[in-house]
Amino acid sequence: MSGLICATAHRWRLAAAGALLLTAMLAGCAGSDPHYALKNITGLVSPLEFQLTDQDGQPVTAANYRHDLVLLYFGYTQCPDECPTTLTMLANALRTLGPGASRVRVLFVTVDPHRDSTAVLKRYVDNFGPQFVGLRPDEEELTELSKRYRIAYHYEKPDKDGNYEVDHSSAVFVFDADGRARLLALSDNTAQQVASDLRRLLAST
Amino acid sequence: MPPLVSDLRYLLPWQFSPTIFFTCVLAVTLYVRGLVALRHRVNGVGFWRAFTFLLGVALSYAMLQTYVDYLSAHMFWIHRFQHLILHHVGPVLIVLAAPERVLRAGIPPDLARRIRIPAWIRRPIQLFFGFLQHPLIAPTLFVGLIFFWLTPSIHFTAMIDNRRYDLMNWSMLADGLLFWWLMLAPRQAQGSAAIGYGTRLVILSLVTVPQLLLGAYITLHSTTLYDVYAICGRAWAISPLDDQQLGGLLTWIPAAMMSLVGIITVLHHMLHDPEATVIRSRGGFDPAVQPARGA
Repeated sequence: MSGLICATAHRWRLAAAGALLLTAMLAGCAGSDPHYALKNITGLVSPLEFQLTDQDGQPVTAANYRHDLVLLYFGYTQCPDECPTTLTMLANALRTLGPGASRVRVLFVTVDPHRDSTAVLKRYVDNFGPQFVGLRPDEEELTELSKRYRIAYHYEKPDKDGNYEVDHSSAVFVFDADGRARLLALSDNTAQQVASDLRRLLAST
Repeated sequence: MPPLVSDLRYLLPWQFSPTIFFTCVLAVTLYVRGLVALRHRVNGVGFWRAFTFLLGVALSYAMLQTYVDYLSAHMFWIHRFQHLILHHVGPVLIVLAAPERVLRAGIPPDLARRIRIPAWIRRPIQLFFGFLQHPLIAPTLFVGLIFFWLTPSIHFTAMIDNRRYDLMNWSMLADGLLFWWLMLAPRQAQGSAAIGYGTRLVILSLVTVPQLLLGAYITLHSTTLYDVYAICGRAWAISPLDDQQLGGLLTWIPAAMMSLVGIITVLHHMLHDPEATVIRSRGGFDPAVQPARGA
């Protein structure tokens, strides 16, 4: 009888200890860095890695942008609103940043390689500034990138003139000089916020 | 791409996981071997039992290793559907098939004889299992996991981090199997982990309440709770609130229905369990001693 009671008490103690441990572990998972205005994604998103073609038709890899801060954004040149708004915001942020902006690259990856040739891309990114690079994946490379960065894009049905819109992700991934994913700029972030966070990242590397 | 090939692509994994692939292959192989080994027994397995098990495994596999996996990462309501299968429907089907005997018969006899798990490995596993299957911990974990992964900040990290995403889906499937086994397996099959049928009815009723509340909260919330789908892109164009409401409904209604399935199964066990004499002795439940009325 006492053995039974003992076993039951043991079972409850075990349960309580385990529950405490679990709570502590879960609490440890959630926590954010108060220093950045942008979303901190350090350790969550895969490091920068790709093999694509740039707006001059040259093959490029992530290694070409080591030692720079990289802002990775997915869009397409015929995008009516979101892409121009985001790229303009980023251009403003770089202007606010001043001389440090020379160590920043904005990589604009087209999700519409069918219409965005390298020439089209070149004309488009040149509008925003010298730090802007247009990158063109083929279909397979685009699928790989969407898996790596967990982003989606979807082609709407073309109208009678063959024009179509593409739904795509809105996030700007920020990678540090070592290619590690650090921050995520969202559509409601301002150029000032982006600039001050980039300044902090530049200072820490 | 030719149409057939492009259709087949939907059946292929979006992100191939060797762990999921080999676990499912192992489960099905052991089960089929077991079926073959037991085919001449008087109390054979039966078609529907085998069908239920294989369907449960196939559904769980399809949620993780087909195009559904891509869709659930980019559409909230499909994510909720994925978890409904992984945490509720798949495990319930697997447990209802009572596959332990068949799986054990599927282990090659030589291997079964040779495997001796030393106590220093077996004991901690038993302790951990005992902890997870505690009548207070198991339902807390079952409901807690749903709430944990649906906490907006945690949901966000699970959807942008490949490893956390895998952890989330594995934890749902593993917990689903543990919980529904504890709830639905006949008491004789559970050994030391067994809990009474009455307790199970209480647990099954109680776990519906937080699921209903959470589902209703998500469905009726007037702003977007989960921004990750807008940030990373949706699988196709749908209004964010429509997506959220569909997802909320999937969390709300079918979850409660699964508990009902559970309650009916437990009542069935109570009527057919030779050891569950308490209810019978209080009268009224045993069809054999029902007094004839209106004759």
